[in-house]
Amino acid sequence: MANEKKIEWTKKDLLGLEYLSREEIEHILYTAASFKEVTTRQIKKVPALRGKTVVNLFYEPSTRTRISFELAAKRLSADVINVSVESSSVRKGETLIDTGKNIEALKIDIIVVRHDCSGAPNILARSVKASVVNAGDGWHEHPTQALLDIFTLKSKLGRIEGLNVSIIGDIAHSRVARSNIWGLTKLGAKVTVCAPKMLIPEGIEKMGVKVTHDLDEAIKEADAINVLRMQFERDASGAFPTKIDFFRQYGISEERLKRCKKDIVVMHPGPINRGVEMSSGVADGQNSVILEQVTNGIAVRMAVLYLVAHAKKDTR
Amino acid sequence: MKYLIKNGRVIDPANNIDDILDILISDGKIEKASKALSDKAKLIDAKGMIVAPGLVDMHTHLREPGREDEETVLTGTLAAIKGGFTSVACMPNTEPPLDNPAIIKSLKDIIKKDARANVFIIGSITEGREGKRATDFHKMKKEGAVAVSDDGSSVDDELVMSGALEQSKEENLLIISHCEDRKLSGNGVMNHGFTATKLGLKGMPSESEYERVKRDIELAKKSSARIHIAHVSAKESVDIIRRAKSEGVKVTAETAPHYLALTEECCATYDTNTKMNPPLRSEEDAEELKRGLKDGTIDVIATDHAPHTDSEKDVEFAFAPFGIIGLETALSLSAMELVEKKVLSWAELIVKMSINPAKILGIDRGSLKKGSIADIVIIDPNKEYTYTRDSILSRSKNSPFINWILKGKVTAVFVGGELAT
Repeated sequence: MANEKKIEWTKKDLLGLEYLSREEIEHILYTAASFKEVTTRQIKKVPALRGKTVVNLFYEPSTRTRISFELAAKRLSADVINVSVESSSVRKGETLIDTGKNIEALKIDIIVVRHDCSGAPNILARSVKASVVNAGDGWHEHPTQALLDIFTLKSKLGRIEGLNVSIIGDIAHSRVARSNIWGLTKLGAKVTVCAPKMLIPEGIEKMGVKVTHDLDEAIKEADAINVLRMQFERDASGAFPTKIDFFRQYGISEERLKRCKKDIVVMHPGPINRGVEMSSGVADGQNSVILEQVTNGIAVRMAVLYLVAHAKKDTR
Repeated sequence: MKYLIKNGRVIDPANNIDDILDILISDGKIEKASKALSDKAKLIDAKGMIVAPGLVDMHTHLREPGREDEETVLTGTLAAIKGGFTSVACMPNTEPPLDNPAIIKSLKDIIKKDARANVFIIGSITEGREGKRATDFHKMKKEGAVAVSDDGSSVDDELVMSGALEQSKEENLLIISHCEDRKLSGNGVMNHGFTATKLGLKGMPSESEYERVKRDIELAKKSSARIHIAHVSAKESVDIIRRAKSEGVKVTAETAPHYLALTEECCATYDTNTKMNPPLRSEEDAEELKRGLKDGTIDVIATDHAPHTDSEKDVEFAFAPFGIIGLETALSLSAMELVEKKVLSWAELIVKMSINPAKILGIDRGSLKKGSIADIVIIDPNKEYTYTRDSILSRSKNSPFINWILKGKVTAVFVGGELAT
């Protein structure tokens, strides 16, 4: 890949793409590219993190992200422990900070944390010396997902700078959207977000994106679309559109895709609601890179684990 | 004991005094204030200092009874003294709440035993602070309550609130209203807006405050009762109060130093000491609060001193309780935000932090006139200091200002004519 030059990595944590510079994001992508090569070998393992221990501390159920982090750590020869904790404001158990400190007392090197509260990884990171990698916090950030989205997009189209990327769906409650917006805009892409009004959060345009409620407008010029999962199960207000209505107005169908650029890249962080965010034909079609995203996720997470474990100095 | 405070700049706005004077204190009272006094009394050199009536905080949470792990009458009043407050009025959201004369009486016993500053008691508007049935204002006033408030919650039911206002008028017992429409603030944790969007935190819109300010002013107007609006944070609220005042509604209002010194952007590190209710708002809101202080719309600067333990605050932002301590930083922060930035003069600041709260609560404080109770604060207006965690006298340490360099320091405090510092 062009124009990446090696930089000295100094951050012990990866909390979000908001906190990274363009050079740092490019450095992760560059590092991921070399780990991608490892994942295609017959023997898919390197000793880069041998003797290091990674804990997947998950306060929210997740299968794909946890497996991806687990595989990434294992392919770097790290030892991996999975811990699931129930998140609760009622203190029947340990606090987040106590849990973090106890994990640290076990001489753990990296804590990969998923939490339903925005900012939980930030709070954890300043309480422990171990590296903290955010595997998704509330509506805040999901940096490794955005990095793998960007990595995939760059592999497909060769660049990020100048691309038109539209993010479609529930922007308000999406950490994937926020991380993608930070990452893509830092790398020079032109980002549009598209959703019904109630799913666009206040002031999002200040993050440097264009806002539209018209899907056709969002996809017309797009080089890539990133279609978010609609989390109907989390709608407490009952104000979401119905699934059928959503698909009619905001779903990506084959007909809609025909009106897009021919080689538009279609992404989805998964798991897909087929027939809601996109039709099966689109999900499984030629433009879809959904499964490549899953594959690339391992290389990107290997890069992140490797970099934070070898961070040159603590920048806090 | 007799004291003679020499050569201080005496700022006593209640008596239109701002001059270099000496003050003689004897038997707990101000005996004399004039030039070049001499006496055998203990000398206090106040050269270069401001000598003013002791500050009055009309919005303090002392947490006693029930949450002595967070604060007590003793620790809270020690913190008050350190911050220059000779009087505090304590809010009734204790466990159990201060909703009847018996509990007020038992708190008075604790105050008598432990308090280092004057503590005035605010009873609750409704039983159990549940917003359903008004308490007996007459009996609580008789037992010593100086006002009533359900602070921490708003009285949602309009009928209950109008009834309370009628009672308030009849008994001449002020209602202090926490204005928040929970239907609008929901389970928000910070101000609604771009910063909340960026942080992925649930917002509380300003409407939840100012719509309730509007309603309560409307109800006060109907019953021609007085009403005091607690902790104003939103610019729209300032405007509503300004208009109501110009129409002659008997409304008064307070804001807190943190709404002047901080904005919602301070939440960006998920520091739970930036989580309070109402939330930190925008720069424009802070500017409007300053305008409101200047033009008299906002009468009082109160602390909303809300102690919470480390273990309560060292959690996820969404799980942390609202509130910060403020008694020990209020004067310095207000001087920095208002006097230093030429919004108010020192005399005007003393009005907002001593005279007005005393007047609104109807307590006999805020004056250095001969014969008044000698509650006095001496301030070094130019002294800079670092506010450290170790220096905090409050039992709780939940302050976003730790390690800030503050300017304007209390050097001595007299309560009832005795040196309290």
